[in-house]
Amino acid sequence: MTTHAAQHASLDPTEASAEPNGRPATTIDGLQVLGVAIRREPWVFTLSTLGSVLFGALTVADAWVLGWATDHVITPAFAARDAREAVGAGLLWAVLALFLGVALLRAVGIVARRLGAGIMQYRMQAHSRRAVTRQYLALPMSWHQRHPTGQLLSNANADVEATWGPIAPLPMAVGTIAMMVIAVAQMLLTDVVLAVIGLFVFPAVIVTNVVYQRWSAPWATRAQQLRAEVSEIAHESFDGALVVKTLGREGEETERFAERAHALRDANIKVGLYRAAFDPALAALPNIGVLVVLAVGVHRVLTGSSDAGDVVTVAYLLTIVSFPIRSIGWLLGNFPASVVGYRRVRSVLDATGSMPFGAVAAPSTGRGARLEIDGLGYDYPSGSGKGAASLLDDVSFAVEPGRTVALVGATASGKSTLVNLVSRLVDPDAGTLRLDGVDLRDLARGELAGAVAVVPQQAFLFDDTVRGNVTLGADVCDDDVWTALRAAQADGFVAALPHGLDSRLGERGTSLSGGQRQRISLARALVRRPRLLVLDDATSAVDPEVEARILAALRDGSTGESRPSLLVVAYRKATIGLADEVVHLAEGRIADRGTHAELLGRSPAYAHLVNAYEEER
Amino acid sequence: MSTPPTTAPSTTGLSTGDDLGAFATIRRGVGYSPELAEGLWGTLLLAVVASVGQVVVPVAVQQTIDRGLGADGGPDVGYTTLMGVLAGVAVVLTSVSSYLMTRRLFITSERGLATLRIKAFRHVHDLPLLTQNTERRGALVSRVTSDVDQVSQFLVFGGLLFVVSLGQIVVATIVMVVYSWQLALVVWVCFAPLFASLRYFQRKLTLAYGVVRRQVGQMLSAVSEPVVGAAVVRAYAVEERTQTRIDDAIDEFKAASTRAQGFTAFSFSLGGVSAGLANAGVIVIGVWLAPGHLFGGDSGRISAGTIVAFAFLVTLFVGPVQMGTQILTDAQNALAGWRRVIGILETPADLVDPGEDGQRLPRGPIEVRFDDVTFAYPAGPPVLHGISLDIAAGTRVAVVGETGSGKSTVAKLLTRLMDPTEGRVLLDGIDLRDVRTRALRRSVVLVPQEGFLFDDTLAANVRYGRTDASDADIAAAAVEIGLGDWLDALPRGVHTLVGQRGESLSAGERQLVALLRAQLADPDLLVLDEATSAVDPALEMRIGRALERLMSGRTSVTIAHRLSTAEAADEVVVVDRGRIVQRGPHDVLVGQEGSVYAGLHASWVAQQGTVAAGRG
Repeated sequence: MTTHAAQHASLDPTEASAEPNGRPATTIDGLQVLGVAIRREPWVFTLSTLGSVLFGALTVADAWVLGWATDHVITPAFAARDAREAVGAGLLWAVLALFLGVALLRAVGIVARRLGAGIMQYRMQAHSRRAVTRQYLALPMSWHQRHPTGQLLSNANADVEATWGPIAPLPMAVGTIAMMVIAVAQMLLTDVVLAVIGLFVFPAVIVTNVVYQRWSAPWATRAQQLRAEVSEIAHESFDGALVVKTLGREGEETERFAERAHALRDANIKVGLYRAAFDPALAALPNIGVLVVLAVGVHRVLTGSSDAGDVVTVAYLLTIVSFPIRSIGWLLGNFPASVVGYRRVRSVLDATGSMPFGAVAAPSTGRGARLEIDGLGYDYPSGSGKGAASLLDDVSFAVEPGRTVALVGATASGKSTLVNLVSRLVDPDAGTLRLDGVDLRDLARGELAGAVAVVPQQAFLFDDTVRGNVTLGADVCDDDVWTALRAAQADGFVAALPHGLDSRLGERGTSLSGGQRQRISLARALVRRPRLLVLDDATSAVDPEVEARILAALRDGSTGESRPSLLVVAYRKATIGLADEVVHLAEGRIADRGTHAELLGRSPAYAHLVNAYEEER
Repeated sequence: MSTPPTTAPSTTGLSTGDDLGAFATIRRGVGYSPELAEGLWGTLLLAVVASVGQVVVPVAVQQTIDRGLGADGGPDVGYTTLMGVLAGVAVVLTSVSSYLMTRRLFITSERGLATLRIKAFRHVHDLPLLTQNTERRGALVSRVTSDVDQVSQFLVFGGLLFVVSLGQIVVATIVMVVYSWQLALVVWVCFAPLFASLRYFQRKLTLAYGVVRRQVGQMLSAVSEPVVGAAVVRAYAVEERTQTRIDDAIDEFKAASTRAQGFTAFSFSLGGVSAGLANAGVIVIGVWLAPGHLFGGDSGRISAGTIVAFAFLVTLFVGPVQMGTQILTDAQNALAGWRRVIGILETPADLVDPGEDGQRLPRGPIEVRFDDVTFAYPAGPPVLHGISLDIAAGTRVAVVGETGSGKSTVAKLLTRLMDPTEGRVLLDGIDLRDVRTRALRRSVVLVPQEGFLFDDTLAANVRYGRTDASDADIAAAAVEIGLGDWLDALPRGVHTLVGQRGESLSAGERQLVALLRAQLADPDLLVLDEATSAVDPALEMRIGRALERLMSGRTSVTIAHRLSTAEAADEVVVVDRGRIVQRGPHDVLVGQEGSVYAGLHASWVAQQGTVAAGRG
């Protein structure tokens, strides 16, 4: 990563801020998010909804079975002089079979509903995570440099989870709505007046929910944001554990963490207070409805407008729907977090920009590649606060096949930018880079990486075995892996690992030292036998004596035609000493080029740069 | 830095807490978060009121319908009004008490869990360096984030419902017994298999959710790769492979979650089956209790009305039982999270801090003594073999040796990042283990190879050395070590933002910040793990100068990688394969032909010579 590009991120708050759209989340937005899931997984949704409807229908059937048993079993048993005669074993078996049958079918409904909801939720999470990570892989490096790591990780995890949270109660809610529709119809058929009174309950529940959402959503959003912040602090603090420990700053770090953890606690409590107020209200509404129906019902029965049975039916239907109607509340309650999560995920998915590739294959010459850099210019990205300043301006030189060119320059002279351009992490604003005469932009995807291997200063290791980290999935035999490790002076410590090549290196290779990580990263480049090897200060964390052996291996490992061309960014004289030619960069321009001896002889600035340390002594 | 073992020996790993039972977990959890127990009795009382109310309301409604509305000879207005008012009062009481209960529960849970989160965070910093290094960073983070969130979700939603459900079960049982103890018994017998199988399912679920948690960790790690390794993935065009690895991790997580969900759904469905069985049982047994039937005797032991009422009571019983069992299964997930957080807290902390009883180190340059010190990583061979070493106060010592010789271990022992396996490390004659940790960190400062910077201003980073330093103090410290002009040249001076991990600065500048940080800390013993990073020569020169001034007037021990550092030291200590093989001034050692130091020197000179001689 270039130091300059990283600066852009911190200098541009609007770009870095997470919120793509501050619009409050409405129920419609929540339904739209669910619509996405239903369109994506229609079959699972259908299955789980059918399960839910089956469950609902059988809940009603339960009441019917009970009624049947009352009429045909219980009443006759007690009415008869001899219960045994009135109700035989056959009838009792029938009771058992009916109840168990209904119960078993209901169980099937439950399993279908819950498992279906789970499968749908996990699938949607998987779809989103795949899409988000694909986007991470597809978006250009410049995009990554503008977005903080913690935010991107949170987009792929917490936000995805929040987005699909409402799927869990979805089938039950849909089943409830079906039940509600049937119940409403039945109520209207039974007694219109009582039904109308009862029907105030449903809109009341929905309105209460909407108010609840409106009030609690901002706090839910804030809690989600704070969760990400708490996570970021923990990540950073644990990454810097050595500094914290050796300076005895555990207390201050804990305070820093506690401050955010307390803010999160307060936001969570705020959400809870709304929940505390609204949940009982939502539970009470149907009960109040039933009581009102009874009160009016008694009056109507007395005046002869209704009969008692109708009142009972309406009250009963209200009761049946009263519990599951809360699942609609759970569903709606999940909406605010879901919509916010969805918008964040969307902002990643909608991000545009990609690295277009050509269709040309890199010529396979079997020898070192020729890199030609012609009139190269690269500016700070717009909006970085650096105005129109250039990072590179009119840089031209070539690396001839099999030759070694050293890039030497002070900090911020543009070396790392040049390396990023050579590996095509970014494209130039002016000029061209050509590999064996082909513009890098015309090469097909993967062609550049097949010919050019870059070893960055900050070695990145995958959570994989040593072998996996070196081969990155390329079809390479173990002998070649060991050869590469040997050349990178990494064979010794790898052989000492408990499982050799199969040892897992853990997340970001944290179990290895900086120098060891660099050597694995170097072996990764060497094993591909690149035709152009770019070392961006790639052995900086390696002991000089080990570095000397690495350089010797690079120089002597292959000879003549088959030797890869080499572009090295270096500070150490030993590394510069490898070069056939030195390109001296100063403030984005080529100050001078020639052999090390020539430059020392004619360029005081160069001599000062490379001899600074010795002069001091 | 030396080579810590790559796979953690069991002794360096975190405690997983897997062996804790549910109640033990809750007990210890409450122990770590005492807030959870605050006002618990009041909350429980409210829960009792709420759960009684939730049974009373439907019973009252049922009574209104049965006896009021359906009374012989038309509705009984008086009775209906009475029951209606009673039910109304119950509704209000239930609502108010569940409001108060939820409120209290949220407040105590969130407070308690914030405490737990903070304690666990602090404890991660107190863990031994070795454990910190061998654990996945993401796993440590998830224990103070998502694991705690999970417990929180459970406590405030599940926990509440669970208490109310238990209450309802009790109240419903009491009402049933009042109606007919025989039928109440039938209901309980019908639910017995469910209760009996709970344990089995919970074990299954614990295992299944254990797998889920592991897969989450792997998935998070895989998902982070395209973000953290964005540049490498592109430079090597391994997008497809990376995506495949991510997809695999996502699929494995999905499969594990689905499996666990399957168990949950199946175990939940058992409640419904039990309810069906109970309903049938009540009717069958009820009929048997009718006059003239099997157990009914002549006059019968029950009325038809009781059986019908029972059918209604069973539904009041089943609801909370199902809710309760569901919560119990959800609880497994939360308990697993809780166990993992507790696991952090129960992993033995770093080295024992003698605390208030510990000794302080006198101010002024420190005298160092290694007394027959042996060190071995857990389950590993010794890295240092009985080394003894005296360093006079105020001297400048360079420790040199090949990679893996054990020289970095010397730095870690000296700063008490680890304790020796055998022998003692003494500062001013005091065993390091007897020095109060705070005093030790005050007097001894390690400048690590890679000076990690936090995503904040330069000033905030430097203040890690001394919390109360003003901007002027920082500027003064910078001048003291010759960095004044460098600081002034920065666009925003001490307020310059350094970016994530300090990446807005160059490697050399990060080292300067680390040195400034050390200067501000003003230690009496400076331990430097010399950065091997090659940096811009002009910066290198600055670093050299700053180091020179930082070391003056202090005892310093440098783990040296450079010839120049060794040359400049008062004394060079040569470590080879865990033993001190040579010591003395550079000039003397270099003259000892065939020695380890002579060899090292030759290779250093050869490197310099490469350039001096020029190239072909």
